[in-house]
Amino acid sequence: MATTGKVSGIIANLVMVEVDGPVSQNEICYVDVEGVKLMSETIKVIGNTAYVQVFESTRRMQVGNAVEFAGHMLEVTLGPGILSRNYDGLQNDLDKMKEVFLRRGEYTYPLDEKAKWGFTPLVKAGDRVTAASWLGHVQESWIQHKIMVPFTMTGDYTVKSIVSAGQYTIHDTIAVVTDAKGAEFPITMVQKWPVKLAVRAYREKKRPFKVMETGQRTIDTLNPITEGGTGFIPGPFGCGKTVLQHALAKFAEADLILVAACGERANEVVEIFTEFPELDDPRTGRKLMERTTIICNTSNMPVAAREASVYTAMTLGEYYRSMGLRVLLLADSTSRWAQALREMANRLEELPGPDAFPMDLSAIVANFYARAGYVILGNGQPGSITFIGTVSPAGGNLKEPVTESTKKAARCFYALAQPRADSKRYPAIDPIDSYSKYLEYDEVQAYLNEKIHPEWVKMVYESKDILLRGREANEQINILGDDGVPVDYHERFWKSEIIDFIILQQDGFDRIDQSSPIARQNFMLSLVLRICRTAFRFESFEEVNPYFKRIINTLKQMNYSEYESSKFKELNQDLDKTIAEREVIHAN
Amino acid sequence: MQTKAGQKIYSKITQITKATCSLQATGVGYDEMAIVHGRLAQVVKIIGDRITLQIFAGTEGIPTNAEVVFLGHPPLIKVGEELAGRFFNAYGAPIDGGPEVNGEEREIGGPSVNPVRRRQPSELIATGIAGIDLNNTLVTGQKIPFFADPDQPYNQVMAMVAMRAKADRIILGGMGLSNDDYLFFKSVFENAGALDRIIAFVNTTENPPVERLLVPQTALTAAEYFAVDRNEKVLVLLTDMTLYCDALSIVSNRMDQIPSKDSMPGSLYSDLASIYEKAVQFPSGGSITIIAVTTLSGGDITHAIPDNTGYITEGQLFLRRDTDIGKVIIDPFRSLSRLKQLVIGKKTREDHPQVMNAAIRLFADAANARTKMENGFDLSDYDERALRFAKEYSNALLAIDVNVDVDTMLDTGWKLFGKHFTQAEVGIKQELMQKFWASKN
Repeated sequence: MATTGKVSGIIANLVMVEVDGPVSQNEICYVDVEGVKLMSETIKVIGNTAYVQVFESTRRMQVGNAVEFAGHMLEVTLGPGILSRNYDGLQNDLDKMKEVFLRRGEYTYPLDEKAKWGFTPLVKAGDRVTAASWLGHVQESWIQHKIMVPFTMTGDYTVKSIVSAGQYTIHDTIAVVTDAKGAEFPITMVQKWPVKLAVRAYREKKRPFKVMETGQRTIDTLNPITEGGTGFIPGPFGCGKTVLQHALAKFAEADLILVAACGERANEVVEIFTEFPELDDPRTGRKLMERTTIICNTSNMPVAAREASVYTAMTLGEYYRSMGLRVLLLADSTSRWAQALREMANRLEELPGPDAFPMDLSAIVANFYARAGYVILGNGQPGSITFIGTVSPAGGNLKEPVTESTKKAARCFYALAQPRADSKRYPAIDPIDSYSKYLEYDEVQAYLNEKIHPEWVKMVYESKDILLRGREANEQINILGDDGVPVDYHERFWKSEIIDFIILQQDGFDRIDQSSPIARQNFMLSLVLRICRTAFRFESFEEVNPYFKRIINTLKQMNYSEYESSKFKELNQDLDKTIAEREVIHAN
Repeated sequence: MQTKAGQKIYSKITQITKATCSLQATGVGYDEMAIVHGRLAQVVKIIGDRITLQIFAGTEGIPTNAEVVFLGHPPLIKVGEELAGRFFNAYGAPIDGGPEVNGEEREIGGPSVNPVRRRQPSELIATGIAGIDLNNTLVTGQKIPFFADPDQPYNQVMAMVAMRAKADRIILGGMGLSNDDYLFFKSVFENAGALDRIIAFVNTTENPPVERLLVPQTALTAAEYFAVDRNEKVLVLLTDMTLYCDALSIVSNRMDQIPSKDSMPGSLYSDLASIYEKAVQFPSGGSITIIAVTTLSGGDITHAIPDNTGYITEGQLFLRRDTDIGKVIIDPFRSLSRLKQLVIGKKTREDHPQVMNAAIRLFADAANARTKMENGFDLSDYDERALRFAKEYSNALLAIDVNVDVDTMLDTGWKLFGKHFTQAEVGIKQELMQKFWASKN
């Protein structure tokens, strides 16, 4: 019999429940308030008192209200029909809620229970299967959605029967499998999985080696992220975190994008709802929304569900990864998730860590990032989850606990810099503070040199050096004055400005410049480096600034033009003429 | 105080702090309102039969045998057409000498809008101030604060924006407003002949600080009535949100909560979001736009209050005194309207985004030139021109006394570019250059 209880205390959304039976940590329960059942999660147990966090407002709740325990942890429902939906943090389908305002205690089923899916079997009776083995597939939008043995089924099974190709609903039994003892297990197209546990139904997790193109030059060229990699974007407000995440959602080369809008502005999610169904996916020619699923728990939605939302998103990602797909998971912002943990720790009167965050924040963040990765599935196929989270450091201070914890866990660091944002140098990723650990991997270097340019990695490091030297030269100029330094300091500074303006900066609102394919990035970097390697003749420092501004202006127009168009080539020729004006030709 | 049937009355208080009282009671709901010794209070904690009440007006003089009446409902206000033109206190009681209003009772701090039912904001709110319309365009359904030091004329600028903006209804939520500022708003509203469009909920410095906590949600519940039930475009003015946050920290301190950064409660972000996220464009055409004031201490935006605010709101407006022209301007570097991309170049002329960016970039060059000059370095010809441009740009466009339409602002921009710079220095897309450079100069 299921455990029940009665409310004995209420502090905001932390509720104490006197229970009459066993409860488990993280068990879900429902508190009855005036006939409406409010979903809650057990977060602490002392004696017969369970401390639960309610995922809704506790207004009008009273001592003595009845509580039912559900016997399981917070779960998501996995099956065909997840793609393109808009879920809240608990995987309720927001489109099924018809009213303008959210109603407390209204929970909607995440999938379509009536729709029929065209099922094609991939196994036959007698085949050996384990958890996550592909039994068949249905066509979900443009994805071949694999129907798998539920992740919860440990051990080996034999397929006893499988339905023939045809139309089935998600609740129809499509296969029956038997375990070693002959016990039968019917399988439908739906399964459930507790979000706080990682899905481990794969053969091995490998070191990532393949670079994921994002179309953003400052990432792809300077600090690339890999398929199955992890990265994070910290930055003060107003530095373009969200614009950058949206750009990644639009242009990154992934099969599936999961956007977890975690405690952020509702209007930002509305932007995705409004624009993605209209925007074309440059790779497939379909609409962007067809590869995007949104899990949104905006800042005014209940705090406890905010914590759940990132886990819900990750679990959906693991489900699709098990189908051999490349998933990109974007979470904006993981700081809000950490703050939700802090609010709860505070109500539980736990001893606080730095800035009142819970002591185990680092461990929680690290565990979460570890769920991403490039895996080889049981059948030898690869699948990946690339995870990029944003962090909103309090006061823009990168020494605060969430940023520091994340830095230990993520492999790519894209630091958004206030001075860059102030001077409208977008994306405001600081080229010198940021890094990608993947660039140091031998297998990643080999991949880049083979795929883009034989000297690519060398070129990348060369441009980083130019940027650093340019910054140093600029500091000297500022200290000693324009005429207090040799002319070549100015030249050095302006060469770094070319890389800044042409490679780092990108106009997210321009139709052409907003995404730059890797071949184009190769062309532009080669061109820019050729200029940087050229020695120029200047009589005085006053000639340097206008000359390089002309070069930058032409290169910028190239960025705005269709790649390899006649306009683009014309501009390239203009540029060659400009370079020839002052180029020093060595006679050797 | 009249009590109704079904209300529970108690008269034994077991604990009194500066802001809270506790007593033994049963059948009490969370968030429920009560009256303690004639003062309004709200349930903030229930442990068994021990109820803790937050007394909004403070606990001075409350005896242990005070009468405690539970009202059986969360905080409510009466909404209706009769609110128009009236001034109320934080509880929604009239302070203008007029009669009580009749209307439907609504709970304050109600549920959030389903994100999928929101519409993308797309209507520009023109204010005539180029520092806003040109560089930081406002859009209906937006939430944006002025970040200002206490000595800056933020309330005057906000009143000016409110009077010029085309809104059906303006709702003022005043928190810790000085009596002088309260009278200022009152006279601005009356002189503009706009009184029937205005509703004010005001907590002045003469009222207890904790009462302020009710003001934003009361004002926004009234706003929701006009925006949802009557499909109106509602503009909500909240000043000063820093004083609201101070009241939050007082209460959390009294509740023995562990403070996080700058002595603010750990829930500050969620508390502020529950207010600002009420800004919305409804599908039926109604909207709530929030313009707030967050006062800073010495311009420090890393303090927890402006910092959390900045992460929630859709941009921020900074006021600054430009000593070159002796006027207050909207600072183009630190100000930002995140929603401007939805309207500029779409609802306004196509050259708007590029003119805006080019002008700000050139203004930044002037700032660099000024640093050079101050450090005693020689200025180049470009530096000199940039400085001359900056002065004219500041005077003709950034100053808050400007009142022109957006096309005129753009034309002024082109004129200034042509007067001081070459085409290459301005660096605008060629097709726009061809279209506007000659014709506007």
